[in-house]
Formats: sequence, C-alpha cells, structure tokens
Amino acid sequence: MDDEPLILAFCCHYCAYAAADLAGSMRLQYPGNVRVLRLPCTGKLEVNYILAAFERGIDGVIVAGCLEGGCHFLEGNLRARRRVQRTRQLLAEIGLEPERLEMFNLSSADGPRFAEIVSTMVARIKKLGFSPLRPDPKRVEQGVQEMSRQADALCKAATLGRALAGENQ
Amino acid sequence: MIVADRKKVPEIRDMIKPHRRVLLVGCGTCVTVCLAGGEREVGILGSALRMSLRLEGHGEVVVDECTIERQCEDAFIDILAQRVGEYDAVCSLGCGAGVQALAERFPKTPVYPGLNTQFMGILESQGVWTEKCAGCGNCRLGEYAGICPITRCAKHLLNGPCGGSREGKCEVNAKIDCAWQLISDRAGALGILDRFDEITPPQDWSTGLDGGPRKVVREDQCIAGMGPKA
Repeated sequence: MDDEPLILAFCCHYCAYAAADLAGSMRLQYPGNVRVLRLPCTGKLEVNYILAAFERGIDGVIVAGCLEGGCHFLEGNLRARRRVQRTRQLLAEIGLEPERLEMFNLSSADGPRFAEIVSTMVARIKKLGFSPLRPDPKRVEQGVQEMSRQADALCKAATLGRALAGENQ
Repeated sequence: MIVADRKKVPEIRDMIKPHRRVLLVGCGTCVTVCLAGGEREVGILGSALRMSLRLEGHGEVVVDECTIERQCEDAFIDILAQRVGEYDAVCSLGCGAGVQALAERFPKTPVYPGLNTQFMGILESQGVWTEKCAGCGNCRLGEYAGICPITRCAKHLLNGPCGGSREGKCEVNAKIDCAWQLISDRAGALGILDRFDEITPPQDWSTGLDGGPRKVVREDQCIAGMGPKA
C-alpha cells in the first residue's frame, strides 16, 4: 500500500458505519485505501479532527453522515456539513487542495453507495496525487490507528452517556 | 465582550516563520466565547500553521499550543512565565489588550497577534456578533432609550435621524438597522419621545481616544508602592 493514497473516513455509527459493514457482508469490492473511523454522529466531528488527519499525512478525508433529515440526533449531519465547508476554506488557506475533503450522505442500507463513495474519492485523490505532507507511509498508518483509538473511546463514552441517560432502558 | 476574528493562516505563518520555536497562546475569556482564540481555536490554528509551514519549506519551525484563563491580567500570565523562556516567539490569540499584556510581560520575546480585534459587542444569534459599544468614555445611553447612536448610527449622530433613513434601514448599508429608527421606536414605547424636542449639544470627545491611552484609577484599591504607574 506504500504507493497507494490513504483515505480516512469519519463514519457515523448510525449510517455510514453500518453501510460499510453491509458493503462487506454483500461482498462488494472497493479500493482498500480507506480506513474507517467511527463517530457517534458526524455532529461530533470537530474541525481539528480533520486537520489532525491531514497533519499526519492522510491523502484524503471522507465525512459520511446520515441522509439530510435522517440524523439520529436531528441535525448533527447538518452541522458537520457546515464544519466541513469551513475546513475546506481552511485547507485552501493552508495550501492543501480543498477537494481532498468531502462530505457524503447515505443511509445504513446503502452498502453499494458506500463502495461507490470510496471508489470516487480514491479516484479523485489519485488524480490529485499524494498529500505533500505525507511522511513515511507506516507513520501515516500509525497516526490513523492512534486517531482510531481516540474515536473508539469517544463512541464508548457516547454509548455510556446514552445508557446513563436511560436511552437504552 | 470583545469580539475578534482570526487572521488568515498565511499572514500568521509569514510573521512567525523567521523563528524556530513559537508558542501559540489562547485566551479563555472573550475570544473563547466569540470562537476566535480559545483552546479549540488554538488547536485548529496550531495544526493549520504546522501544515502551512511544512508546505512552505519551514517544517523546522516548532509550533506549540497553550491557553490561559485571561491574557489581559498579569496574574494569569504568571503560569506562562517559565514556559515562554523555551520559545523564540509568542503568537497571541487574545485581543489587542492580551497581545500587549504579553509583550509587556515578556520584553525579550517577540509577540505577534493571531487575531484582528474588532469591537465590543454582543452575541446577536448563534455565530453572529454585533458591535454595541465604542467605549467613548462618556456614556449617553440613558438619553437615547438604551440604544447607542455613537456606535450604531453610521454617522454617529447625536441629533438624528439623518435624511438617509429608509424604512428603518441605513443608507450606508441596507442590511443595517437605522439606529435612530430604533431609538425613536423604543423612546416612543417608553413614552420619552419628548426628550428629543431638545437639541443635544456636541459630545465631549476628550473622554474618548483623544489625548492618548485612557486610564481608570481606583485609589482605594491600589496597593501602596505598586501603582498607579506615572
């Protein structure tokens, strides 16, 4: 994979993460360049999560949230869309191509759509080339794993939070 | 509160790039509330600057981050005293007062502004801040039904409105409410419109920016031998 771009997908637990799972169950083929990072909702996405990924040398970032109007937390995905837009402006200021970041909307039943999104982004990033911030590819993977652990902790905290709030009773 | 917004990344990058080690310092007060210079924004800017410096061939510049409770008060800057010694420069994400407080405290360290301080204002709605006070040093709000003509009238008219008031909007910019429309509406509702039968004499601007920086001294609060400075 050293000569392939690496893409990080921030996926909402309620839609894109399940869609990625479904794509796997359906045995759909899509490029192996994507690393999936689960968030309790794309509304949890902070601008600095995306920047942290690019700083670690990721070539592209996908933000995948629920269909508009279908957010489990009502408007988390709409907030994420505005944050993604702001981050794209910031990327331009930094000197990176804003096209390296894109938000998509899909439902948990959209396994084929997930595969299509990954293919689209991989093709786009290949056209743009590697991130000029790319260090040794192994270090990029390490950075992704580190972020993945942090995101996992966030999801566990969110699940615990809901349990404490009585949602699961 | 004081409202500010962030300078563009390239401008800040060009200021700090001659240095080897730079500390970004956020402020936990006004600029945190207006989403310009708090802990989160310091993290975002730090990340953005490191990337921008690397892309410009200045990857050797170290950019670290910290946020203190309040930059405009020396007691809160104490916590930085030891740390600043490890850096060649400081970039403040405080308002202009914060930048100058840091510069005064650390005379041997260059201090750069990361924000453009805009005005004293309020949160009008989520993500929107508007100017409400010009700090003129001679508050007349009591005479104008609680709406400041100095700040909110584009012409700072004390005897308004002018002829450019159109359907409650200002001729300078149709998106701006005419301050004098607001004043007359509110004064009418409060039953004090008669007050405008009298012409208001010119404002004493000597309490404002004229005559150099202003100072407020509370003698009873000063500690013997420690101030006020001459």
